[in-house]
Amino acid sequence: MAWNVKPEELLQYDFKVPQKDWMDVPAEFRPGNWCYPGKPEIVEYLNKSTHGQFPYARKWVPTDEDWKLPENWRDIIRDGFRERLDKYRSFKVFMDICVRCGACADKCHFYIGGGDPKNMPVLRAELLRSIYRGEFTLAGKILGKLAGARKLEEDVVKEWFLYFYQCTECRRCSLFCPYGIDTAEITMMARELLHLVGLNINWILEPASNSNRTGNHMGIQPHAYYDMMDFMCEDIEDITGVKVNCPVNEKGHEVLFITPSGDIFADPGTYTYMGYLMLFHEIGLDYTWSTYASEGGNFGLFTSDGLMKKLNAKMYAEAQRLGVKYIIGGECGHMWRVVNQYMDTMNGPADFLETPVSPITGTRFDNAAGTSMIHITEFTADLMKHNKLKLDPSRNDHLRVTYHDSCNPARAMGLLDEPRYVIQNVCNNFYEMPEETIREKTFCCAGGSGLNTDEYMEMRMRGGLPRGNALRYVQEKHDVNMLATICAIDRATLPPLANYWAPGVDVTGVHEMVANALVMDGEIPREVNLRQEPLPGAE
Amino acid sequence: MNALYSLFAVFVLILVGMGGTAAGMTHLFGVVIPYLAIAIFFVGFVAKVIGWAKSPVPFRIPTTGGQMKSHDWIRHSKLDNPQTTGQTIARMALEILCFRSLFRNLAVQRFGSTEDGVDMKVRYASSKWLWGFALLFHYSFLIVFVRHFRLFTDPVPGFLSGLEFFDGLLQLGVPTLYLTDVFLVLGATFLLLRRALLPQVRYISLVADYFPLFLILSVACSGIMMRYFGKTDIMAVKELTMGLFSFAPAAHIEGIGAIFYIHLFLVCVLIAYFPFSKLMHLGGVFLSPTRNLPNDNRAKHHRNPWNDPNVKAHSYADYEDEFREKMVEAGLPVEKGLDEAAQTEAQ
Ligand code: SF4
Ligand code: SF4
Repeated sequence: MAWNVKPEELLQYDFKVPQKDWMDVPAEFRPGNWCYPGKPEIVEYLNKSTHGQFPYARKWVPTDEDWKLPENWRDIIRDGFRERLDKYRSFKVFMDICVRCGACADKCHFYIGGGDPKNMPVLRAELLRSIYRGEFTLAGKILGKLAGARKLEEDVVKEWFLYFYQCTECRRCSLFCPYGIDTAEITMMARELLHLVGLNINWILEPASNSNRTGNHMGIQPHAYYDMMDFMCEDIEDITGVKVNCPVNEKGHEVLFITPSGDIFADPGTYTYMGYLMLFHEIGLDYTWSTYASEGGNFGLFTSDGLMKKLNAKMYAEAQRLGVKYIIGGECGHMWRVVNQYMDTMNGPADFLETPVSPITGTRFDNAAGTSMIHITEFTADLMKHNKLKLDPSRNDHLRVTYHDSCNPARAMGLLDEPRYVIQNVCNNFYEMPEETIREKTFCCAGGSGLNTDEYMEMRMRGGLPRGNALRYVQEKHDVNMLATICAIDRATLPPLANYWAPGVDVTGVHEMVANALVMDGEIPREVNLRQEPLPGAE
Repeated sequence: MNALYSLFAVFVLILVGMGGTAAGMTHLFGVVIPYLAIAIFFVGFVAKVIGWAKSPVPFRIPTTGGQMKSHDWIRHSKLDNPQTTGQTIARMALEILCFRSLFRNLAVQRFGSTEDGVDMKVRYASSKWLWGFALLFHYSFLIVFVRHFRLFTDPVPGFLSGLEFFDGLLQLGVPTLYLTDVFLVLGATFLLLRRALLPQVRYISLVADYFPLFLILSVACSGIMMRYFGKTDIMAVKELTMGLFSFAPAAHIEGIGAIFYIHLFLVCVLIAYFPFSKLMHLGGVFLSPTRNLPNDNRAKHHRNPWNDPNVKAHSYADYEDEFREKMVEAGLPVEKGLDEAAQTEAQ
């Protein structure tokens, strides 16, 4: 679905609301605002692997009148709804206590960039709450619409599909809500309900099924994965003259390293990937990669709790098989949400692992005593603090850098200062974007939670306005030309976004800059950076 | 429309109160209904909270609003990203007593240049109106509520007299004007106007959003009328309330005006309505899993009561079986060599 609307045109919207009650405004599917449904064969594969969690595989298109819902779909949704109310206090409480104060309304990037009132988090949640009232509360059953309740009709489910796949589960709304109501949590429940009746999107399910089978979401098979690594090692040797080691699937090392597979396959992630290889080689880390657990990103998080657990379980399974002491995780947004908030509860306790201790500095990571998994920027920041790396930040002097906090590490973990510390050690020109758009208040890349697909470009660019606008600001003010981030999805979603809203700004991972500044033992004078561009002063 | 329905509903309630007293049903309105309302409130409130508490909190999902606990040399934001129970309680206290999250509020504005001339498509301005008026409203309500305890206590405790003294500090009028009376009406009116006038907020507002505001306003106004304008025998009222509280309600008390019964009836409706309405955010705010949990998931193990042990990863053995040949060819280590695998298969 080709989509090319100029920014000026996209900006032709306002924050007006319709005259009609929102319940009477039907969902409008138009090119660029929805994602393609899951391919039947993929849904079937997942259904088989999860013993029936992805039923009703079929061909259907959202723009069709008939979505071919199973006959008893109302019962399925009702039962699924009740089940989740009983399983999650968050869900139950959030259904009851919203006061519709509207504090969250203008916090969502999709609303800010598009003006569709149903993208106000409060109204997004009302799409579900209205059914909750109608089905599960007495007042709703008796008073109906007067009590804010409505009937479960096909239109409701269609609306769910549209708007719960227009939420990137970024939790910005939750930060501002006086009761901490987390629309991301509500979105997760809604998506689970949709899965029950076979409504899903391919861009989430295909990566999820790939992750299950091949270990990574790209579906790269082990030999091909290893080939690509090999190729990178050659590049590194060309650039630095150092032959780095790349241990894969090897037993008996101290550390297992897991990073999102997006970075092995597409620029600019590949440079970050090379950055890890160089850093670990340089400090002589006793570690291994794994092809079986070659995905940090967890597409189950965007799908259902069962699938999230299943995909996540590989990390510990592989750590145990290989006999490592702890795990280091690479630059990935939602992978870290899963690791920080869910992993140990779902698949722990990991009592076969130890509390991570940096072999170089001796620092004990007590904040990861349970999961035994630490973030690469925690690890690298510690190296830098202890002066264990020889760095030449002037190699990054042609970069004027700003930093994008990925939503998940920011609002579901609180990893804010480590990446900044690392960046400031490897580059001399660092500028923050406006305060309202960074750290815990950061704006989503608008492609999170499995929505970074091409057919969805309009919504991505709309939702990208707040981030793009802030980027534009530092570009004009400080000549910023590089946007650093610690998320592989960001490295895929931000380049088109920057290109649209702040042309001329490029995207990088933090460890790409680390590797460029890293002075390696026995290296040749570097003439180019990892992107094979001439280094400043070396032309 | 929703606002009108609510206003209408409150009018009906006032009429019911008026009619009831005019018809001489003071026992019903002065004794039966208050008892009933309080019973409904307690049963409803407890049932609701138990209902919430029955659902587990399988995962720790705090919204982190600042730097996590990390290296000693990185400043930990204890209040926004708590790691211990104490820090979490402090975070909750700030939330409940000062509405801290609301304090963060930003309003989005479209277009225009900032001071330094950079063209901005969207801007954000601090927006503290809602925070301010919400605080004013809630605290006034609290103080007015507490002040009423003088009707239930004999002798009246010192702190209540102190509270009243400060509340009436301006010493305006006879009887002395209580500031909180004015603030309560002011706060509620602001919230109401905001809801009715801002298009976005109006769009999301239900009957259930206007109704409590109108109800509270009518409670406040009837109370004010009673105190400042109507002729109400306060001693008679106290006799009634003391009777209620000692579970020995007087059969009939002379000298209490109709306005009192209307006020009391509206209060009863408010109390009885409370547990079934959005007013339950009073209870819910304590139970919100994004705010009342420490962010210590990586440090400690937490249990999910319904964790399903049958959900397991696609096993490494299956993975190797599928890709063994290619792995061996690429020189990747395998658990079972090709021969060994062929043998197992043959068996
Ligand atoms: S900020 Fe919270 S309480 Fe207010 S409307 Fe949004 S979700 Fe509801
Ligand atoms: S979680 Fe993010 S995308 Fe979803 S409603 Fe909230 S702010 Fe919008």
